[in-house]
Amino acid sequence: MKINSTGEVLTVYLQGEIDHHSAKGMREEIDSAVNFNMPSLLILDFSEVTFMDSSGIGLVMGRFKNLQKSGAKLNLSNLSDSIYKIMKLAGIDRLATMDKGVTK
Amino acid sequence: MEHNKFTLNIPSKSCNESFARVTVAAFATQLDPTVEEISDIKTSVSEAVTNCSVHAYPDKIGTIYITCEIIKDNTIKIKIRDRGCGIEDVKQAMQPLFTTGGEERAGLGFAVMESMMDSIRVTSRLGKGTTVTMKKKISVKNND
Repeated sequence: MKINSTGEVLTVYLQGEIDHHSAKGMREEIDSAVNFNMPSLLILDFSEVTFMDSSGIGLVMGRFKNLQKSGAKLNLSNLSDSIYKIMKLAGIDRLATMDKGVTK
Repeated sequence: MEHNKFTLNIPSKSCNESFARVTVAAFATQLDPTVEEISDIKTSVSEAVTNCSVHAYPDKIGTIYITCEIIKDNTIKIKIRDRGCGIEDVKQAMQPLFTTGGEERAGLGFAVMESMMDSIRVTSRLGKGTTVTMKKKISVKNND
C-alpha cells in the first residue's frame, strides 16, 4: 500500500485484494501509520482494490474504532460499485463518509 | 445450459481463499454472467471459505470440500462443506453482526451470502462439521 501524509490528513492507498488472508497485514500497516502521524482525518482510497469481502468490512470497522479514541474522522474514497454495495449493506455509511469512484 | 459439475478439495489455509473464489467464478463463466453476478458469486464463496478457515478449523488446517453444479434454469449451485467443529446455534450464527471470531471480524459473512445469492441453506452438527449450500440463477442475456 502507498501512504501519503499531508498535515492533518493521512491517505492510505489500499491495493489488491482485501480478504481474511490479506487483512491482518493491512491492519498492521494502517495502524502503524495512524499511530505515527496522528491524523484528524484518515482517507482509505480503494481505487486499486480489486476485491473485497466482509473481512474488509472488519478492517474498516476496526480502524473506525481506533480513530474514535482520538476523535479523528474516516473517509472511504474511490469505491467501486461492488465494494460500495457491500459497505452500504454493512451500514458503514453511518461510520464513515463514502465516495464512489469514477466509472471507467 | 447442460448440467455440469466440479469438485475441489483444498486445505483451509487462508491463501486458498482467493484460489477458491476464482475457481468457482471461472466455472460460472459458462453461464455468461454479468460482472456484478460474478462479483456476487466470488464474494459469497470467499465468505463461506473464510468461515471454514476462521471458525470450522480455528486451531489447525482442515479440508474444505467445494462442489459446484450447473443445474436447471441457468442456476449455479455451490456447496461448501467442512468437517470442523460445527455450529451450536445456526440461527444465531446467521444473525448479522454476530461473531465468535473476535474484534476484527465483522460477523457479516452469512448476511453477505444471503444478500448476494438467491438462496442459502446451512446445516451443521457439533463436532462433525457444517455444509453451506447456495444457489444463484444467472440472468439469460438476449443476444441480438
